[in-house]
Amino acid sequence: MIEFEQAGFSYGDHAILRDMSLTLAPGSFQFLVGPSGAGKTTFLRLCYLDLAATTGEVRHFGRSIAPSERDAIADLRRRVGVVHQDCQFLDHLPISENIALPLTVNGIDPREREEDLRALLQWVDLTARVDAAPPLLSGGERQRAAVARAVILSPDVILADEPTGNLDWDMAQRVLTLLVELNRMGKTVLIATHDLNLIRAAKARVQARVLRIAQGRVQLAGADL
Amino acid sequence: MSAAGRFLRGDPGAGRVVPRGARAAVSVGFLAGVMAFFAVLALALALAAGRLAENWSGELARDATLQIFAPKDQVEAQARAALNVLRTTPGILSVRVVTLDEQKALLEPWLGPGFAVETLPLPLLIAVTTDRAELNEESLALRLGAEAPGAVFDNHAAWRLPLVTTAERLRLFALVCLGLTALALAAVVGLAAQAAVAANGQVIQTLRLIGARDSYISHAFTRRFTLRALGGAVIGTAAGLALLAALPQASEQGFFLVGIGLQGWHWALPVLVPLIAGLVAWAVTRFATRASLRRWS
Repeated sequence: MIEFEQAGFSYGDHAILRDMSLTLAPGSFQFLVGPSGAGKTTFLRLCYLDLAATTGEVRHFGRSIAPSERDAIADLRRRVGVVHQDCQFLDHLPISENIALPLTVNGIDPREREEDLRALLQWVDLTARVDAAPPLLSGGERQRAAVARAVILSPDVILADEPTGNLDWDMAQRVLTLLVELNRMGKTVLIATHDLNLIRAAKARVQARVLRIAQGRVQLAGADL
Repeated sequence: MSAAGRFLRGDPGAGRVVPRGARAAVSVGFLAGVMAFFAVLALALALAAGRLAENWSGELARDATLQIFAPKDQVEAQARAALNVLRTTPGILSVRVVTLDEQKALLEPWLGPGFAVETLPLPLLIAVTTDRAELNEESLALRLGAEAPGAVFDNHAAWRLPLVTTAERLRLFALVCLGLTALALAAVVGLAAQAAVAANGQVIQTLRLIGARDSYISHAFTRRFTLRALGGAVIGTAAGLALLAALPQASEQGFFLVGIGLQGWHWALPVLVPLIAGLVAWAVTRFATRASLRRWS
């Protein structure tokens, strides 16, 4: 699905990631761990082509996409749902419209998919908050809304950057449950986190691979996790 | 539905992704209104100057006068001789002696209604209509010199030609003003669109994150700015037209400078001002947002 071949990324002369060769296989569930500043977010950005590899190659769904191919990148992002730690909503729209935005930008009238939208809101337990503006939601509600927005187009891959970073343990479990359910539906899930408890909780429910970034390289983590 | 109709109707979703309170968009509406106001005035000035130039170089160019400066006892004889010369000259279409009352009416705006015009040594005045293409003025002058030595033929060129030139320059000036107004509108809208794109970085980043194409984002901004400019220009045009309608009409005052208002079908022309403002805003915003989005890539 997403393949890295000797791929690396540098800011100027400073190499953040180098010589990465790995594949995010369809239907897999993976964690990406590493200390702050190790390059977890950079790795995710390479996955959804917010950044382009400066060395080697990254292929998405079998194709290498150049940074200048703006439409191809937009199309890719319809197949790769992203959940950010800060969620990134349009604050002037109610949360239901934010969740439906991927439909809107695809030219689909959300009214045509009202039932799906309602089911999705129910799934993330936000039915009572549909008209609330994003700044009025709690951290957990925002993260669940971000998950809903990321999956509304039924993408093949879900990328989550510290999705539980600002949440208490109960709320983190709820978000994890959503991501595990998506994986059971056949979606590829990659979560960047430094929360080892979350990884342990996930491993109890799903077969998860843990990737560690250290000194700019990505490697499989040991049994300590 | 036409492309313009689709654009105006818009995508109900896309229309909402740009925050409504975007200051740049509000400024565009206001500035488009002000510029449309000036554009209507410049247009009216251009049309009025065009009318003046046309009158002075067309209808008025056919008019001439013949004055008889002679001792009182010879005025009548010389006038008869001069009329005879004029009537037998090719290129003279009509001749008519201007009465004293008509002369009074002509002088009244300068001397006032109570002035005793009779006390002035007024020459006998003959109004002449000519066909300039056919008239040989040199030959006419020679004949008048022989038959009526006190007759002075005046084709009004001395004062009319500078006025025609002035009117034509005034029209050019007004057209340049119109062009500059359109350019200023384009510059303002372009800068505002770029500022809006920069100020809405978070919105654009979010839209890109969820798979919006640049054309979609550009369309959303372009539509917002175009409609604001169009709305502002409609109000500015209406204000400009109201001002022109309130001006005294040329026919009421009988003096050319107050004839700056629109006449006849010219009242329909200002409709083009908001349309052009909308088109300029559409083209410039589209270009500016696409350029900004490319730079962000």
